[in-house]
Amino acid sequence: MSNTPSNLKYAKSDEWFDPATGKVGITDYAQNQLSDIVFIEIFVETGETIEAGKAIASVESVKASAEIYSPAGGKVAAVNKDLANKPESLNSDPFGEAWMIQLEGASTGDVMDAAAYEKHCEERAH
Amino acid sequence: MTYIPISPKERDAMLATVGVKSLDDLFEAVPAKHRFPKLNLPPALTEMEAQAELADVANANENVRGDLVSFLGAGMYHHYIPSVIDHMLRRGEFYTAYTPYQPEISQGTLQAIFEYQSLMSALTGMDVSNASHYDGATATAEAVSLAYAQFRGKRKKVVMSPSLHPQYRAVVNTYEQGLGVETAGDTESNLNLSPEAFVSQVDEDTCLVIVQYPDFFGRVYDYTKLIEAAHAKGALVCVVANPTALAMFKTPGEMGADIVVGDGQPLGIPMWFGGPSVGFFTTRKSYVHKMAGRLIGETVDNKGQRAYVLTLTAREQHIKRERATSNICTNQGLLALASAIYLSVLGKTGLAQVANLCYQKAHYAANTLGKLDGYKLKFNDTFFHEFVLECPAPAEEVNAHLLEHGILGGYDLSRDYPSLKNHLLIAVTEMNSKEEIDMLAEVLAEVHHE
Repeated sequence: MSNTPSNLKYAKSDEWFDPATGKVGITDYAQNQLSDIVFIEIFVETGETIEAGKAIASVESVKASAEIYSPAGGKVAAVNKDLANKPESLNSDPFGEAWMIQLEGASTGDVMDAAAYEKHCEERAH
Repeated sequence: MTYIPISPKERDAMLATVGVKSLDDLFEAVPAKHRFPKLNLPPALTEMEAQAELADVANANENVRGDLVSFLGAGMYHHYIPSVIDHMLRRGEFYTAYTPYQPEISQGTLQAIFEYQSLMSALTGMDVSNASHYDGATATAEAVSLAYAQFRGKRKKVVMSPSLHPQYRAVVNTYEQGLGVETAGDTESNLNLSPEAFVSQVDEDTCLVIVQYPDFFGRVYDYTKLIEAAHAKGALVCVVANPTALAMFKTPGEMGADIVVGDGQPLGIPMWFGGPSVGFFTTRKSYVHKMAGRLIGETVDNKGQRAYVLTLTAREQHIKRERATSNICTNQGLLALASAIYLSVLGKTGLAQVANLCYQKAHYAANTLGKLDGYKLKFNDTFFHEFVLECPAPAEEVNAHLLEHGILGGYDLSRDYPSLKNHLLIAVTEMNSKEEIDMLAEVLAEVHHE
């Protein structure tokens, strides 16, 4: 069973957005599906303004590769540069240490709450 | 490999499945006159007759193993090939160009490729090597793909040195035409300028600078300053290197190159008729995720034993699809193995000896030929085993005369550089004896006096 913090908003494509901090990352469900993550490249830079749904990063695991889309739009206030050196933290701490970017003045796109996201994950399990 | 023929019964079953009565019905869409054209073939021969006829055809070729003395290089070089290479290559277990997917049944092949990668990384002074490409030219084009992907398509310009092999330049142009890459740098520049001269063409839109080492004319430059200048503009630098020369000169890795590629033919592969060959590709660890091709890594299995596997495959096109750097995964496994055996057999000392022999003999030749009446060395720079000789007559005529004396002359540079009319690119390797060089000088002297 995946961990799904209730204070976050979730995109269908398995990213989370924290309305309190403006941070964006991938969900526990996503890291579990990808398995051991060995590489992350974040495309966006601090100061850039992005729209919700934009591809912000590329992640590679030992068996798969995925593009990461931002669940929210806004101005990129910070990029987690440390993440490139420890992609494994995406597996161990997807909601904490492994945040990807932080947005300022963010407005969410098509997102859902924790309960709806959990249901979304469960449906795919079958 | 098993050849599976088709029986009439199987054919009829397949025809019935697709719902046609006969082969004629199946091919109905093809105009009748093209369907089963009458082939104008001679009557069948017995095996003995066919052997004799093929031997006749083959004997019409003139090769460098006895028929001709060769001073031709320009990308392919006549080196001695230790016989152990062929003995190992002909083992059936190695007979595929492909990288095996199943490590459980392919440890030998995987280890061989891993050894090849380790040797190429050491030779170029780089961190990582892929499992190889088709040849030096396609490896160079893959360097462009890496650089283009590294900047996510935001930098579109590739600057090529005027002394990059013209055929490599052509392959890069063909290969990258769909990417929207713009190539800069021509073959008409003043060829006497220092390599730093064309740095002015490197700008904020440049993703890659490509230089050759030794360059197409055989000249050896330290590219450290050029690489620094390109890096200052944010561009990557690819050095196309001759692997034999790397045993003698500073490695491109030491100069700060980001990518080092080249043709592995000098490492134990015959010149054949211009191919096939193997292209090596090495880079820095930081670019490995953007590198095309297969990569073999060393790991341990579930019993703690050393084992080899395909590594970082998620960057490849079968997983990453259209977002991958390149659609090339195929390597040149058999010939990469030949290179690995060659390097292992010669060792560090042996390869350095080959390089030194090439260097010394080429310098003896340059010295001798440069003094002949009517001939002149085009450049005064440091060179390895190839140099440009200005002749008193068009290169084509000089070569025709040499051929009459059983000598395969140099490469006619006017083919690619209109300003180098009457210029031959002469290559000398350890295979050329002093007598052969002296004979070349004698025949060239005749050309002048005629």
